Amino acid sequence: MKLGWSDVTPESLWLNRRSFMAGAAALAATPAFALSGKPSALSTDQKPNSFEEITNYNNFYEFGFGKEDPARYAGALTTDPWSVEIGGLVERPGSYGVEDLAPESALEERIYRLRCVEAWSMVIPWLGVPLASVLNKAGVQPGAKFVAFETVLRPDEMVGQRSRGIDWPYREGLRIDEAMHPLTILATGLYDKPMPNQNGAPIRLVVPWKYGFKSIKSVVKITLTDRPPQTSWEMLQPNEYGFYANVNPEVDHPRWSQATERRIGAGLLAGRQETLMFNGYGDQVADLYSGMDLAKNY
Amino acid sequence: MQRMNAWLRRVPEWAVWAAAALPLSLLVYDTLTGRLGVDPIRDIEHRLGRTALYFLIGSLAITPLRRVFRLNAIHLRRALGLVAFSYAALHLAAWVVFDMGLLWSQMLKDVVKRPYLVFGMTAFVILILLAATSNRYSIRRLGRRWGKLHKLVYAAAILACLHWLWALKLWDAWPLFCAGMILGLLLVRLGFWVARQSKISIKSAS
Repeated sequence: MKLGWSDVTPESLWLNRRSFMAGAAALAATPAFALSGKPSALSTDQKPNSFEEITNYNNFYEFGFGKEDPARYAGALTTDPWSVEIGGLVERPGSYGVEDLAPESALEERIYRLRCVEAWSMVIPWLGVPLASVLNKAGVQPGAKFVAFETVLRPDEMVGQRSRGIDWPYREGLRIDEAMHPLTILATGLYDKPMPNQNGAPIRLVVPWKYGFKSIKSVVKITLTDRPPQTSWEMLQPNEYGFYANVNPEVDHPRWSQATERRIGAGLLAGRQETLMFNGYGDQVADLYSGMDLAKNY
Repeated sequence: MQRMNAWLRRVPEWAVWAAAALPLSLLVYDTLTGRLGVDPIRDIEHRLGRTALYFLIGSLAITPLRRVFRLNAIHLRRALGLVAFSYAALHLAAWVVFDMGLLWSQMLKDVVKRPYLVFGMTAFVILILLAATSNRYSIRRLGRRWGKLHKLVYAAAILACLHWLWALKLWDAWPLFCAGMILGLLLVRLGFWVARQSKISIKSAS
């Protein structure tokens, strides 16, 4: 018998969490089976934020603008069944299941720093597979230069999509060399749990050297193209958000500084820490941008 | 209305301070008992700032209430303004100590460079001026100029809303609603001012 996520005992029943905890409703929808991933040399040795922190402080505007809104409302999203449409300049276009793209046996644990464009940061232990492995399954045609991503469009399940402000569905994109980079993953879990809805279940992008908004959640469409795809924040405010959105302490957001960041969960008096070029992943990714003016290509 | 006014007259100024202590006590309680959520710094900062704005709007509503509904709470206006100033000071302190971690080099650069901080700091400087002159001595000393000076409270309130809106990534309904209330109250005042001016000119013409 094949068990789906809907067959699983809600986590609240066996974990008995404090009932007043924000996000309890969303957690109840989180399946209970444990996952694991092979450790990776690409992981940071910094201490990860707690599961509570990672799942109760989210920017996922499909569920509202507040950081607590996703934990409150994302339980309404159906994530099983789910398929990802891979198309465009690929050899084998089609509809792929999450388990096909990121089989449990292939999962790796990637503990990455996450730097939000709002100047806060976290450390998150993702479970996922390199995006390159997924793209290779579909077969990248030589003419493909960019990858476009889309989040699911389901206003009946995603309250935030009922109001405008962003031209839904949420869209993101990468250059093909960024997409094929070993640091870039599609994540299907965090800690030892399947991806909680508020974090972008069942499958989301993670690009750790770019601001968090590039790491698009709940992906249903991946398209390989020969021209730069439109991305949601760039469409909205092109003078504030560019296509690249690489973490860069020297290139400020027009309205606030990007020189420092506040680590969530560090305590009232922890102060700020300096933001690192490419979020500290410069050794691995700086040569992708050699010769480029990063102040212009922000 | 008269009964309402009789009741209002009996509300002492310290009642405003007592009411003002509530949001702060609740915030301290939530902080000490870990009820603030994942990012307590943001919650402390934002709750202090919002409370400052609400009391400021309260102080702005006093005169229109009197003119439109003939409700007289003028004896509570100074306390409302001073509470707003106190919360604004706490909001600024939370930013300096908790959010910025006393990182003076970045703060000093940002304060003159970032519009949302320019708006916020200008509003705060205005509130300092108004708080410093919120006493009988200043009222006597400044005479007619006192009323003109304290009209700046509208500028402070509008700047505070811009400060809020400019710090957000997208337009948010609640700060826009607050700004709308302030503009509405300002329009009421302007309406009465225009009416008075035209009355004066009719009189002088006849």
